[in-house]
Amino acid sequence: MSVSDGLLPIVPYLVSGQDGDFYLQGVRCDSCQQITVGVCNVCPACGERGAMREIRLKNTGKLYNYTIVYRSNPGVRTPFVSAIVDLDGGGTVKGNLASEPENVRFDMPVKLAFEKLKEIDAKGRHYYGYYFTQN
Amino acid sequence: MSDVYVVGVGMIKFGRFPDRTLENLGAEAALMALDDAGQTIHDMQALYCGNVYEARGMVGQRIMREIGQTGIPVVNCSNACASGATAFREAWMSVKAGVNDTVLAVGVEKMGRGLLVRAGPEDGLSPEGILGSTTNPSLFAHMGMEHSRKYGTTAEQFAKVSVKNHHHSTLNPKAMYQIETPLDVVMNAEMISYPNTKLMCSVNVDGSAAAVLCSEKKAKQLGLMNRAIRIRASALASDPWSYHNLAMSDFNEVTRLAARSAYEQAGVEPDDIDLVELHDCFATAELVHYENLGLCKEGEAGRMIDAGETQLGGRVPVNVSGGLLSKGHPLGATGIANVYEVVAHLRGEAGARQVQNAKLGMTHVVGRGSACAVHILEKA
Ligand SMILES: [Zn+2]
Repeated sequence: MSVSDGLLPIVPYLVSGQDGDFYLQGVRCDSCQQITVGVCNVCPACGERGAMREIRLKNTGKLYNYTIVYRSNPGVRTPFVSAIVDLDGGGTVKGNLASEPENVRFDMPVKLAFEKLKEIDAKGRHYYGYYFTQN
Repeated sequence: MSDVYVVGVGMIKFGRFPDRTLENLGAEAALMALDDAGQTIHDMQALYCGNVYEARGMVGQRIMREIGQTGIPVVNCSNACASGATAFREAWMSVKAGVNDTVLAVGVEKMGRGLLVRAGPEDGLSPEGILGSTTNPSLFAHMGMEHSRKYGTTAEQFAKVSVKNHHHSTLNPKAMYQIETPLDVVMNAEMISYPNTKLMCSVNVDGSAAAVLCSEKKAKQLGLMNRAIRIRASALASDPWSYHNLAMSDFNEVTRLAARSAYEQAGVEPDDIDLVELHDCFATAELVHYENLGLCKEGEAGRMIDAGETQLGGRVPVNVSGGLLSKGHPLGATGIANVYEVVAHLRGEAGARQVQNAKLGMTHVVGRGSACAVHILEKA
């Protein structure tokens, strides 16, 4: 996937880089070293102000937790695997895991993939998103 | 500071009342609680009202129009599923602080049916089904799966919670359902979000509950001490930072914070508690809360349900009312409905489901977002 001309990120912490690559944005607190997904000025872990340094989160991680969703909001295709992933190097994000439910295991290594989404919003705008695959 | 007492409680039978207004449901429970205490609206110095779906609709004031507009202060509380308990706690605090000596707390809700769809972003694309799920069943499925990850808890053990609570509700005429629901029926019901089937999700019902609280001096003056229930602890917590908190809603640490505070305030241990009404919004949640509330050791929740320790007649009966799973879960009413249930047992007035010799009871609710309230009540 190339630079996302005219596409919007589905969440603010999903960033399209200068080189046409994609990554998840995070911040590391200089005071307590905890990593927070997204960008913020005050550390939610320790309350320190002005100590948040922007970092690129890693594209690989391990499956911490999951559920298989069979009933969701109207129009949402099911089943799908809702995954909580601990990224290597820090940070935890939720995303779909593209895997058959019977192949899902706690702690399995996963990696991020990025895609242009089929779904459009009420104003007809297009988005890019991310999901996880087995690594 | 002197103790605060519950001197009257009321609760309507939970159900679906499409032809009645929200305030009319709230008023019915309020009048029941006033009657139970032998008081009138003229004796009340303030009203605290818990509600979620019409949080901006001045629900408490609308209730006053149906029970007597005396002009007292009305405070509307919205704190997700902890709204009713938060209203109860605000009422307690005002008496504890000596500002009031007799107050009314009401929780009321009219619910939709089925999966409660949260509004998507006003501008943008809903991430539901694209970046995992944020439905309530999925969040509480994650909560259960984390327990499975740590301790190997099985889908069957989670399902047993639902069997137990449905059984309890057969003894509660105010519960939405009075139907025995065997394990195979629970486990073979439609899967919503693994491991929770439809019968492991709380029932969306309309309902209301109310309580009259007063100071010790006032309770004695009014001659209400013989049926009065002492509030030994009232604790409220928000979710503290934790590593997974930003991706996975926290219902555990927030409960542990509130529970610890409640045990400290009351000066009692988990072993001293005779019954618990806890927040079984999903079957997975109840099991994990056994440990969060200290009812068993870490990792023993599965064994605890297997051994029947939390059923009526067991070591510490949990959700003998039928719980949110079968009594029903009208969000803003639930926190005060739990108080209603525990008060009934402590007074020895719980009928067929009476927990024998109950002296100390605990109520617990947790609202998504997160808010947790824990109260410890004692026979005075
Ligand atoms: Zn920090």
